[in-house]
Amino acid sequence: MNDDIAIRAQGLTRRFGKLVAVDHVDLAVPRRAVHGFLGPNGSGKSTTIRMLCGLLTPTEGTIEVLGLSIPAQAEALRTRIGYMTQKFSLFEDLSVRENLQFMADVQALPRALARRRVDELIGEYAFADRQRQLAGTLSGGQKQRLALACAVIHRPELLFLDEPTSAVDPESRRDFWEKLFELADQGTTLLVSTHYMDEAERCHRIAILDHGALVADGTPVELCARLDGRTLLVDSSNPRRAQQTIMALDGVISVAQIGNSLRVLVADAHADARGRLLDALARSGQQAAVEPIRASLEDVFVAATRRSATSEEAAA
Amino acid sequence: MNLRRLWAIVLKELRQMRRDRVTLAMIVAVPVLQLVLFGYAINLNLRGLAAGIADQANTSGSRAAVMDMIATGVIAPVAEARTPEELVAMLRRGDINVGIAIPPDFERRKADGSEAVQVMVDGSDTAVQGAAAQLAQMPLTTIAGVGAAPLASTPSARPISVVAFYNPGRRSAVNIVPGLIGVILTMTMVLFTGVAIVRERERGNMELLIATPLSRSELMIGKVLPYIVIGFLQTTVILGLGVWLFAVPIHGSLLDVYLASGLLILANLTLGLLISTAARSQFQAMQLTFFFFLPSILLSGFMFPFAGMPRIAQWISELLPLTHFLRLVRGIMLRGASLSELWIEACALIAFTIVMMSAAILRFRKRLD
Repeated sequence: MNDDIAIRAQGLTRRFGKLVAVDHVDLAVPRRAVHGFLGPNGSGKSTTIRMLCGLLTPTEGTIEVLGLSIPAQAEALRTRIGYMTQKFSLFEDLSVRENLQFMADVQALPRALARRRVDELIGEYAFADRQRQLAGTLSGGQKQRLALACAVIHRPELLFLDEPTSAVDPESRRDFWEKLFELADQGTTLLVSTHYMDEAERCHRIAILDHGALVADGTPVELCARLDGRTLLVDSSNPRRAQQTIMALDGVISVAQIGNSLRVLVADAHADARGRLLDALARSGQQAAVEPIRASLEDVFVAATRRSATSEEAAA
Repeated sequence: MNLRRLWAIVLKELRQMRRDRVTLAMIVAVPVLQLVLFGYAINLNLRGLAAGIADQANTSGSRAAVMDMIATGVIAPVAEARTPEELVAMLRRGDINVGIAIPPDFERRKADGSEAVQVMVDGSDTAVQGAAAQLAQMPLTTIAGVGAAPLASTPSARPISVVAFYNPGRRSAVNIVPGLIGVILTMTMVLFTGVAIVRERERGNMELLIATPLSRSELMIGKVLPYIVIGFLQTTVILGLGVWLFAVPIHGSLLDVYLASGLLILANLTLGLLISTAARSQFQAMQLTFFFFLPSILLSGFMFPFAGMPRIAQWISELLPLTHFLRLVRGIMLRGASLSELWIEACALIAFTIVMMSAAILRFRKRLD
C-alpha cells in the first residue's frame, strides 16, 4: 500500500441500464494536492466522485480510498472525508450557525471542540455578521462558502468537491480557490470537478473525462507540453473566411476565433502544419500570418475530447 | 446509536418545523376543524328537526302525544297547521322536515287500535327518515311515512324501548371524539413522516446526509421523535375541546388515554417512514398516505360498526392501527376500562410499530443506487 496515494481506482465502471456513465477509469490521486477533474457535462465526473465516496456501487472495478476498500468500508471512510455536492445540499431553512452546528453534531465532535470549531469557521469563512441568516437567503457564492465550511468541519483528510463554483461570480470563485489552496497547504487532499479552464489550470494535477472514459491525466504543464507543435495562431484580415478554409483541411481538430486571430489545433505534430496552413490559405487567395504558439489547457481539453469523438465516429 | 447524532437530527427537525408556519398552524388547526365538523355538523343522531303540527283533535290526549314527541328532542315545533294538506305543502317547500297530523277522531281511533297519528317525513333525506324511526318507538301511536304503507299498530302493547348504555343521550360527539383522536393522528402523523425522507431527497439534503457517518437508525429514529411531541399536542387539543365543547366523559385514567395515543402515534409515524422510503416524490408520498387513510376511516369502526362488516373487511380492518386504537380509547374513555385489560389491542399496535420501523430501516439505503 502506497501511503502517498489518497485515491486509487482501477477499471472503475458504472452502468445505468445500457448507458455506460463511467468506463474503465484508472485513477491515482496523490495526497496533499489539488486534483482537478475536468470534462464536459455528462462525462461521468459526478458519478465517479459518488463512487469514490461510496455513495454509488461500481458495476466493475476496485477502489481504494485512504487505504480503505470502497464500497465495503465506506462507513469507516465517512468520518475522514468531506463531500461537497454539486447542488446545494445544506438546509435552506436553517441558519448559517445551525447548519454548521448540525454538521459538527453529525460528525460527533466533542461538544467543546464543536463549539470552538463552529466559531472558528464562522470567522474564517467571513460569516460573523450573517450567522443567524437562513442559508436559503445567502447568495450563490456565500452558499458555496458555507457548504465548504460544513464539509471541512471535522478536518477531513480528503475533500471531494463536485463543481463547487458552477453558480458563482468570478470574484467569489477566486476567493473560493484561495480557501482550497489553504486547505491543501494544511495537508488536505482535494478532488475538484470543474468545467472552468482557469480553475483546472490552478490544479496540481488534472484528469480529463469524456464520455465516461479517462482521456488525459497529468500536471497541466505536462499535458500542455504534449501538444507542442500542434497549436498555431493565424492572423488574417478575414478570419471567418480563413476559418472555413482551415476547417476543410485534413488533420485539423479545431479552429477557434479569438478576436481577429484564429487558434488552430492540429492532430499530428510531425507534419509541417504551419506550411500546410500557409499553403491552403495562399491557394484560396488569403493573406495570413501563421505562428506556432504554446498550448493552453483549453487546447488540451479540446484535443482530448475531440479525439475521442472522432474515434467514435470511425468506430461507428 | 450515537446520541449526539440522534439529537442533531431531532434538533434540526424541530428547528425546521418551527420555521414552517403553515405546518405549525395545521398541527392545531386540523384537530380543531375536524372536531368541530364531526362534533357539530356531522351528527348521525338528528335532533331538533323542524316540525309542523296539525292537531285537528285538540284533546288532552292528542296534546299529550305531541308533547311526548317534542320531549324526545328529536323534533322542534316550528309551525302549526290546520290540515294535513297544509303540512304536505310546508314539507314540499322545505319549511319543515317532519309533519305530525292528528285527525279529529284521534280518541276514537286510539280506542279502536287503528292509526291515531300520522308522521310525515321528508324522505329525500335518509338521515331524517332514520330519525323518524325514533319517533315510531313512541307508545300509543301509529306512524307512517309519507307514501309508505301504514304500520300495523298494537296500542296496548308498548313497543320495546331501546336503552343505550355509555351514551344514553345517543349523542354522536361522545362516540366520535375518542375516535377522532385516532383519525386525526392517523392523518397527520402518517403524512408528517411520509414526506420526511422524500422531502430531503427532493431538496438534495439526502446526498449530504448519507455521505456523513449518520447511521440509518439514527436518521429514522431522529425523524420520528419530534413528531411524537406533536402527536401528544394534538391529542391534548382534541381531548380538551372534546371535554369542554361536548362534555365527553373520560371514565378511565387519563394516563391510559395518553399511553394508547402514544402507541398509535408511533405506529403511524413508523408507517409514514416506510412510505417515505418507497415514495419517489412528496406527491407520491401523499397519495400513498391517502391510500392508507381511506380504509382506516371506513373499516376501523370509526364510521361504520365493525360487527356489520363482511369477513374480509374485518381481516383488513385488523391490520389497521386505527381499529385497535378505537377499541382501546373507547374502552378507556367511555367504559372506564384500563389499558391492561385491553392489553391485546396494545400489543397489536406495538407489533405494528416494530414491523414498520424495521422495514423502514431495512429499506433505507445509504446509497444513491
